[in-house]
Amino acid sequence: MSTRDVVVTGLGATTPLGGDAPTTWAAALAGESGARTMDNDWSEKYGIPVTFAATIKEDPSEKLSRPETKRMDPSAQYAMIAAREAWQDAGAPEVDGDRLGAVVSSGIGGIWTTLDGWDTLRERGARRVLPMTVPMLMPNSAVAYVSLELGAKAGAHALVSACASGAEAIGYGIDMIRAGRADVVVCGGTEATIHPMPIAAFAASRTLSLRNDDPAGASRPYDVDRDGFVIGEGAAVLVLESAAHAAARGARVYARLAGVGLSSDAYHITSPDPDGTGQVSAMRRALDDAGIAGRDVVHINAHATSTKVGDLTETRSIRTVLGEETDHVQLSATKSMTGHLLGGAGALETLFAVKAVHERLAPPTINVANPDPELQVPLVRDEPARLPDGDIAAINNSFGFGGHNVALAITNG
Amino acid sequence: MAHTASEILEGLAEIVAEETGLPTDAVVAEKSFTDDLDIDSLSMMTIVTHAEDKFGVRIPDDEVKNLTTVGDAVKYIEGAQG
Repeated sequence: MSTRDVVVTGLGATTPLGGDAPTTWAAALAGESGARTMDNDWSEKYGIPVTFAATIKEDPSEKLSRPETKRMDPSAQYAMIAAREAWQDAGAPEVDGDRLGAVVSSGIGGIWTTLDGWDTLRERGARRVLPMTVPMLMPNSAVAYVSLELGAKAGAHALVSACASGAEAIGYGIDMIRAGRADVVVCGGTEATIHPMPIAAFAASRTLSLRNDDPAGASRPYDVDRDGFVIGEGAAVLVLESAAHAAARGARVYARLAGVGLSSDAYHITSPDPDGTGQVSAMRRALDDAGIAGRDVVHINAHATSTKVGDLTETRSIRTVLGEETDHVQLSATKSMTGHLLGGAGALETLFAVKAVHERLAPPTINVANPDPELQVPLVRDEPARLPDGDIAAINNSFGFGGHNVALAITNG
Repeated sequence: MAHTASEILEGLAEIVAEETGLPTDAVVAEKSFTDDLDIDSLSMMTIVTHAEDKFGVRIPDDEVKNLTTVGDAVKYIEGAQG
């Protein structure tokens, strides 16, 4: 056990599938969809072409006090709920605040607060803009509140890389422990962008599914009839710990976070490099960092958002990295159930990959009625798939607008 | 129509309770915002913003520092009504 060994000892989440991590995981294994028709008039009022989203399952006011819901943007509220659950799940470790870090990212930040403040200013003037607006809209708000809650003084960070943000936060948390700056790091991602302006903006970029008559069937990665992603919201948080620290306190360990692979495409502001060069580099770096070979990889949680181009670029990249070993990989595209949590996605999907390794069960991909003939990786469909006994490894891929690529390697020991 | 002092106290207590999580009956005239109710400057400005809205008055920033107790605020708002 070296100082570079980092393990996962706590999990927390609030998502379109459930108000906590166990409920979310059980719903994912059961193949449930978190997408539903929205209860609002945005379509009639603003002409927004999308009437559904993967909205949060449990209202945050179920778990937060009234002042907390007023002082925190929804994105910070979700993060706080997930962080508290993860911390308790880890057994509320006793750790010196100077050895405890927090890394919680959001791709977009407190956009509800930003836009509510702008509405207030225009309608009622500057005197009515609330004094808490700035600490609620800043993208580091969620991690700042989490660090306050837990007394984390080794550093509180919010790395922003669009839809890779949640995974990059976990990668940074791993690095904090490896560099000796912390023994325990609470890390993850959050997003709360189900607001008419960002939905209108995503719709304008023609990236959203328009399957209004079938919300639960709209997110269909790798299906030939996929027509875009389903916007989701929520947060996931993991407690990372040096293996030595976890062992010393007899903590329950879910899995080891063995490798981090980062790269950037430098190709286009939104499109992935069609050659997948950056994605390939990220996965190779994660495997090298973990000291594992392609044949060890039995499961991948794909970034797969259900867009025409993106889904297949990733599977081609996987085959480039793993070669023939690709044939024994169980690929899961859990956004088929959760929708796309943007800055929360990489954290939730890492949580899923950790649970998959721990329980040796890969979650299903739903809505794949007709798999794309160009899909080059074995896909887990409809029912969860058993993962083999012995030493196994999984990868979570997360990619973001801007050309950010993050691959995290997870092992059972 | 002007609010009475007791109406102002009741309304202010609701605002403070929303902001702090304290029960409304803890917000009584003799309590100090900072020493008793543990309200920081940002929360105080939030309370002022809501109070201006609720009672239709203007509480200038220079005046806020003189509002030590809940009773001071009630008295100021009562006097500031048109």
